[in-house]
Amino acid sequence: MRVSLFVTCLGDQFFADAAADAVRLLRHLGVSVDFPEAQTCCGQPAHNSGHRRDAERMVRHTCRVFDSAEYVVAPSGSCASMLRTHYPELAPDVGGGIAERTYELGQFIVDVLGVTKLGNGLAGRRVGVHHGCHALRELGVEAQPEALLRGAGAEVVSWAAAKECCGFGGLFSTKMPEVSAAMADHKLETLPDVDVVTSADGGCLMQLSGRADRRGSSPPFIHLATMLWEGARG
Amino acid sequence: MSFETRPPDYRAASASILARTPEVRESVGSATRSFEQRRWDALSDVDSERWRDWARDVKTHALLHLDRYLEQAADRLEANGVHVHWAPDRSAATAVLDEIVQRHGVESVVKGKSMLSEELEVNEHLISRGVEPIETDLGEYIIQLLGEPPSHIVGPAIHRSLDDCRRLFHEKLGTPMDADPDALAAAARRALRTRFLLADMGISGGNFVAADTGTVALIENEGNIRLSTSVPPVHVAFVGIEKVVPRFEDLAGLLQLTARSATGQPIGLFVSLIQGPRREDEVDGPEHVHVVFVDNGRTRLLADERGWEALRCVRCGACLNSCPVYRQTGGHAYGWTYSGPIGAILAPGMLGLEGGMPLPHASSLCGACVEACPVRIPIPELLLHWRAKAVDEGMEPLSERFGSSFFANLAERPGAYRAAAAGLRIAPWKAASRALPVLGDWASQRTLPTPSPKSFRTLWREGIE
Repeated sequence: MRVSLFVTCLGDQFFADAAADAVRLLRHLGVSVDFPEAQTCCGQPAHNSGHRRDAERMVRHTCRVFDSAEYVVAPSGSCASMLRTHYPELAPDVGGGIAERTYELGQFIVDVLGVTKLGNGLAGRRVGVHHGCHALRELGVEAQPEALLRGAGAEVVSWAAAKECCGFGGLFSTKMPEVSAAMADHKLETLPDVDVVTSADGGCLMQLSGRADRRGSSPPFIHLATMLWEGARG
Repeated sequence: MSFETRPPDYRAASASILARTPEVRESVGSATRSFEQRRWDALSDVDSERWRDWARDVKTHALLHLDRYLEQAADRLEANGVHVHWAPDRSAATAVLDEIVQRHGVESVVKGKSMLSEELEVNEHLISRGVEPIETDLGEYIIQLLGEPPSHIVGPAIHRSLDDCRRLFHEKLGTPMDADPDALAAAARRALRTRFLLADMGISGGNFVAADTGTVALIENEGNIRLSTSVPPVHVAFVGIEKVVPRFEDLAGLLQLTARSATGQPIGLFVSLIQGPRREDEVDGPEHVHVVFVDNGRTRLLADERGWEALRCVRCGACLNSCPVYRQTGGHAYGWTYSGPIGAILAPGMLGLEGGMPLPHASSLCGACVEACPVRIPIPELLLHWRAKAVDEGMEPLSERFGSSFFANLAERPGAYRAAAAGLRIAPWKAASRALPVLGDWASQRTLPTPSPKSFRTLWREGIE
């Protein structure tokens, strides 16, 4: 089985170690991983701000880059959902093919590889899971990351606001920064006592950790890929 | 009370509410989360997915044949003895009102809760004509005393705390400062009771109009709409043209679905089905009933190839309750009668892009609203539709247009994209955040993220062990 990693813009520049952990984890699970180096941005920022023509150019570029991929796996629910949910509509002639082969990392491990037991590397860790909105509501990914974390020994701590938006929303966070920050505040105000907060989405983690840091209280925010790799090693 | 900013500056208004009245976030947050829980509970009791498919189809069918059903509704209402009026816009609606007020010598008015009457600023108009309107829904009564517009479709005073109400009623009605909610409601009831008995006219909205029987359906919990529409000698119902549905029997499902979605109740405590004035064998009811069908931007929205689906809205407020953006500020930030996700997709269609455009950006596209909507309005898709339309019309700032196009150029050229990304590691971040709008807006609220020491591309080339 061969996976083409779609690292995403934020994964490439801000969560490079987490993306590398995703590669290690997939290899550990017996998957061969390649990285088409011509990949760039999925086009979601342009799509979400109404720049449809710009978005379509990036959609077509991404479709070309991953044309021969058996599976496309992204360490991001939001970017994976852009390919899976929105590509068929934005480029009907080519978008459908890539859509059905694209998965978020945790979704791929559980739904395609059929693995929920990675190892015991997270034994005793109390973890808060932030469900990114596009993973949750567009991809329907909710049980998979929690199953993988539990399977690696972690305790997933109940969080009333686990499924409420963190306020990132891509460019929303800079168009409406005050409301966006208030949304992050609600997440942080309701956060239970945990050792670590994780999410499949780097954008959400940037928002939550950046706001937590500004407020002066900062539990560690760690990308799901890193958590799962840690889980698999122990 | 009308809104001051038009078109709305959503960002400024939301930032101001958060900074100046942080208690609004508390009140709205706890009330909406509680509404949301009750909605989930109430819908899990029934086959809600099927109900929602059905309701979507009924409303869509009615909208696609609106001319036919409106004519049928008007014919039936007239046959039932109702005066039917057509108002293309606010000035036509208030002209109809003037004529009715004059014809019947109206001096005082009791109002049941109606968002359309808020949209038309009926109270301001009546006051300007020397007629005194009084809101009789408890929440509406509170905001009328405060001189504020509604903050929520269903709970107009949702942004106010119990203590706010205690203070208000202490000042206006003389209740003690520690009065419990029941005592406050009783005080309002006493103050309103004589107003009902003395009023010359009652005004209501209309949740639905069944075309086949000419029935105006009204749903409520306090009984004030029942009184407003049955005690005074004249009843005027302002009804949006999108409220018509084909059959009387459609009301059964729609009224239940609306109540479950709005407040988590199986059905409103009072449902009024009004077909005409008092008949000879009846003891209650007005002598004259007027139904004013109002357009005010609705056909403009109906004509939009994508945006029309928003007209299915039954005004349950479920999308507001589920919305994490709305929860931070309540409705006043939106600067328009309809707030939250539904307000953001009605505004550009009903007010025009110029008037309504900031509002579709008041969303993180989280999709909670589309899960909540009982008539399956694809709200995030419609938000994107209006954003794209504004770009196509050249309304977004040139800097954003160039920025987006520049980024797309980079993304099509992997070499250039890699080179630009490498610049992230040598960029003077803190200095840039003061000069660049996007980074500055991020940094105004949060710590700037630090790029990984090496990009993933570099790690990949070096080899991942």
